[in-house]
Amino acid sequence: MRLGSFIRQCQAVTRYNLETIWERRAVSVVAIFGIAGVVGVMVAVLSMAAGFRAVVTGQARDDVAVVLRSGATGASDSILNHQDIQVLWEAPGVARGPDGPLVSPELFVIIDRKKIGAGTDANVPLRGVEAAGFALREQFEIVEGRNFEPGRNEVIVGDGAAGAFEGLLVGDRIDVGRASWEVVGRFTTGGGVAESEIWTDNRILQQMYQRGNSWNIALVRLRDADAFEPFEQALTDDPRVSLGAERQTTHMAAQSEPIEVFISVVGWIIVVMMSAGAIFAALNTMYAAVSSRSREIATLRALGFSRLPVVVSVMIESLVFGLIGAGFGGAASWLLFDGFRAATINWASFSQVAFAFQVTPELLVQGTTLALVIGAIGGFLPAVGAARRSVVGALREQ
Amino acid sequence: MSETSFSDTAAGNGAAAEAMVDVRSVSRTFHRGRTPVPVLKDLTLRMENGEFLALMGPSGSGKSTLLNLIAGLDRPTGGEVIVGGSPIHRLSERKLAGWRSRNIGFVFQFSNLLGALSAERNVAVPLLLTSFSARERRRRVDIALEIVGLSERGKHRPRELSGGEQQRVGIARALVNDPMLLVCDEPTGDLDRATSGEILDLLVALNRDHGKTILMVTHDPVAAERASRTLHLEDGRLAECGHDGTVVVPVHEPAGAAV
Repeated sequence: MRLGSFIRQCQAVTRYNLETIWERRAVSVVAIFGIAGVVGVMVAVLSMAAGFRAVVTGQARDDVAVVLRSGATGASDSILNHQDIQVLWEAPGVARGPDGPLVSPELFVIIDRKKIGAGTDANVPLRGVEAAGFALREQFEIVEGRNFEPGRNEVIVGDGAAGAFEGLLVGDRIDVGRASWEVVGRFTTGGGVAESEIWTDNRILQQMYQRGNSWNIALVRLRDADAFEPFEQALTDDPRVSLGAERQTTHMAAQSEPIEVFISVVGWIIVVMMSAGAIFAALNTMYAAVSSRSREIATLRALGFSRLPVVVSVMIESLVFGLIGAGFGGAASWLLFDGFRAATINWASFSQVAFAFQVTPELLVQGTTLALVIGAIGGFLPAVGAARRSVVGALREQ
Repeated sequence: MSETSFSDTAAGNGAAAEAMVDVRSVSRTFHRGRTPVPVLKDLTLRMENGEFLALMGPSGSGKSTLLNLIAGLDRPTGGEVIVGGSPIHRLSERKLAGWRSRNIGFVFQFSNLLGALSAERNVAVPLLLTSFSARERRRRVDIALEIVGLSERGKHRPRELSGGEQQRVGIARALVNDPMLLVCDEPTGDLDRATSGEILDLLVALNRDHGKTILMVTHDPVAAERASRTLHLEDGRLAECGHDGTVVVPVHEPAGAAV
């Protein structure tokens, strides 16, 4: 068969098939919405993982080192003493601000708050910071009220935490044990996990929790990203301390990974099960589509059309269903979920992270690809069946 | 004055000197499970260029099977089928499809129009397999619709046409490629008596005025009467009929004696 003739045949049969979709809309809708459901769920679930990753890793930098007690996996199982911090001050490659080395020792405790909406208890991080902590986070900004005053029982609340947990608005009081804290301000850090936290003065927090002169974690701003290796080596080689350092990007990616993997795995299990259903819906639709046109297909074949254009046209029709389904599913998930705010526990720190679903272009491309795969699988067998059908037999059908 | 034929010769592209259809000792056996079911047995048939041949016989006698073999929709189990000088029993399925598109015009019992397309687009379907220009295609569609008397109904969809009009569109589609042989499988089987008469008038006119060679399978003796010759197929074998329906000459053996 010459290519020109083949293309003309494909065009003719495909055009005819597509022109008759509306007449077969009742059965076509089943396939389209089956596929739309799969794409919608897939994009929604993965947008949750993408939003979580964006929050946890979004503000991480290559030129910031996270220092923990050697062997610790997170702030909650690490402890740093005054000598550790002194070693960090003197370590090679540490950047300096107007008030000295940009080393921010921070205390990290967890308090119970109720989640807005759910009403269930959730772990909210309460972080003790000092001047260097603000200098390190260049995008820190008070958006309501004021910053806490050192030495007073005052806290400021991250924007994400204020929206996700009860009793964290400016003017509210937080009672923890015997202590009572006043919320005096709300802050942002340009995104990132810090916005899910409550911050207060390091010294006050140390007293309240009887931590003496100790911290859990230190953030260290380096002169540049290349300064990390010598910095880390110096800590490893120093016999006075037992500290481990990671780049902030590496540390936050590791923090994000368990939840991200969990969401993705659960999401994909759901998506695969739904995909199987959608494939059957597509198969059913395409078998019905082919069956309702078996005499017309046989007529075309009798008139001289070849098998392959029939296969190609049925496949194209099924792929078009996939594309339409992807359009509906992607649009629905974008309208319903993009920017949808949620909070979940970060297993790495056992504390809550507030985040927003992110329906990214990459996810929409993935969803469309999945829809096309479902369309292709759903169309293949009916297409081959239609092409293999006996022309003489199909012509006799009424 | 408008044109009413596709080419200069009214007889189209048929072969003049040799027989249009030469079926030699053909057999066709189907299988029901493992059981062979012979439908045609050592059948021989010759049909001249310009003939209008009716093929009659009871249900299951094999007349549609024979028509399918001659039209290149099926291939024989044994024997030879030569149409317009081409030994089509030797052609591969793909070549057979191309051969059909160039040489055979099909008229089906149920017109088999594509429901979503207008009459003129239905008529144009076989032209999609050709390399004719859009203008030439347009010209051929107009001529075909004019021949069947439906020039004014080209924009209508099949469901907006009567049964007889649908069958006329089907005939226009069969004519549009100017085939050498028209094969009609019960073309009046789904129509009332008056409409059947109109369709048969049209087929007779195509044969008489346009020189079309026509092979028609029918159950209807009234329809068969309109043909120039009628063959009766029973039990896989052919016999020639008089117009009163009586079998007058067995045609299967020897081949040349009956025709």
